[in-house]
Formats: sequence, structure tokens, C-alpha cells
Amino acid sequence: MSSSPLRGVIVSHAAVAQALVAAVTAITGIEGALTPVSNEGCGTEALAERLREAVGSGPAVLFVDLPGGSCLTSSARYAKQHADVAVVTGVNLAMLLDFVFHRDIAPAEAARRAVDAGGKAIRVTAA
Amino acid sequence: MTLALYRIDDRLIHGQVVVGWGQPLDCTFIVLVDDEVSGSDWEQDLYRMGVPPHIEVIFASVEKAAELLPTWEADSRVGILLVGDIDTAVALTARAPQVRRFNVGGVHHRTGRRERLRFVYLTDDEAAKLRQLSARGVEVTAQDVPTARAVPVGEFT
Repeated sequence: MSSSPLRGVIVSHAAVAQALVAAVTAITGIEGALTPVSNEGCGTEALAERLREAVGSGPAVLFVDLPGGSCLTSSARYAKQHADVAVVTGVNLAMLLDFVFHRDIAPAEAARRAVDAGGKAIRVTAA
Repeated sequence: MTLALYRIDDRLIHGQVVVGWGQPLDCTFIVLVDDEVSGSDWEQDLYRMGVPPHIEVIFASVEKAAELLPTWEADSRVGILLVGDIDTAVALTARAPQVRRFNVGGVHHRTGRRERLRFVYLTDDEAAKLRQLSARGVEVTAQDVPTARAVPVGEFT
């Protein structure tokens, strides 16, 4: 078990991250587990600074919207410098809902869990 | 075809480039010109992650890019050439005078820069370098996405 609960940081284009945080809070009532970061108006340095502020100290999982682009490159660089930070791409609401209830595990394990929970939510429904 | 877009963008490969420009241009190769990235396998892997498999990504130093530019310009495919900052654009045009245009697609806020457009922040020195490029016959415009107006260098420097 990790010494402090994991922080989740959602890193996205435009206001996707803020909307996802609002949706998780509306569904679960849990506040403070997730922090939104937008790349709006950011170059590489500015986005790195936003990430530093959002993650703070302690373990974290960075939930990135796309598997490429400025959100991912900044997040991956940050994680490379911080052993207690993991990165997941393709963030969706399902993985975040699972994450906020399972924050007492290691970042790498939480990342794998998020991929599983998020992937299971993607399906074609019967007509 | 040829290199259809020469772009200055401090985010290098990202959504606006791959999707915003890449789709309408039917781009199938991207040349990323950056001395640091061209020497780092890790950085190259990171940038490749954002690109669909049908688009080839070529990494080159400024020197190598100047050498290979005629090959890319003669390529039968459509390509995009990216640099991350104005100094790299200036260095490339100095070595490869056949570069006749640069699109300023994204230069973001940093200490010492001030806002010229929503997506262009420049120091006075950087603005002067863009004007000098223009004075040497390079067409310099600012345009983040294809549907936006191409703003001439005189309007934002």
C-alpha cells in the first residue's frame, strides 16, 4: 500500500480535463482526487510548469487525452524525471470513476488498472 | 508533390499538425528538424507516438536537413517540415536558401516574450529575426490551423 493516496492529474486539450473532473465529482461526490490541466495557450515550458503545480509532491497518475501530442510529450518527460508518477493515455470517464475509489495502490498498478477499466467501457452496444 | 508546409511550432508534432494540417494536405511524411531531438532516441519515440502509422516521421539536425532538403522537396508524397523555434528556422534558411516560406504556427508565452497573436508570443529580438527573414524574400505568415487567415509578418511583429 502506498503511504499517501494517489493524485490523479488529467492533462488535455481545451477544457476536456475540467469537464471530466466535474463529471467525476457529480457522479461520486468525491472532490480533490483529480486535478485538471489544460494545454490551452501553453508551450512546452508553460505546460511543464502547470504539470509541476498540479502534481505537487507524492505519487500520481497522469491521465492524458491522446496517445501523442503536446499533452503526452510533456507528461512523459515529467514521468521520466519522477519515479512515482505513471502516465495513461486515452483518458475516459469510466477509468476515472474506477481510479478515485482505488487510490491506495502504486502508480504503475493504478495505471494498469485504469487501462483495464477504461478499455472495458469501450464497446459497441446492441441496436 | 513536395514539402507543402514549413512550420515553426514549439510543440513540434501535435494534433494541429498531424490532424489539422495533415488531413487536408493528405500529408504522408513529417520532417522534424531539431538538433536535440535528432540525437535522442527517447524523444523520437515520444514524437512518433502521436503519428498514425501511414505517416513517416524523419528526424534531422539543421545541418542534415539542409543537405536532404532537395530530396524531400522532390518527394512524390506530401510532407510537412517542422522546427521548434525561430532560431532553428533562421539557421535552416541560412543553409538552405531554397526555403521560401515559413508558417508561424505556435510560439507560446515565455519570460521576455509578449503576445502578438493568440498563439504567437515573441521577444523583440525574435520579431526582428522574422522581419529579417521576410526582408530576405522568405514569406512569413502566422496561421495556427488551415481554416484561419494567414496573418502577414508585418501585422504581428
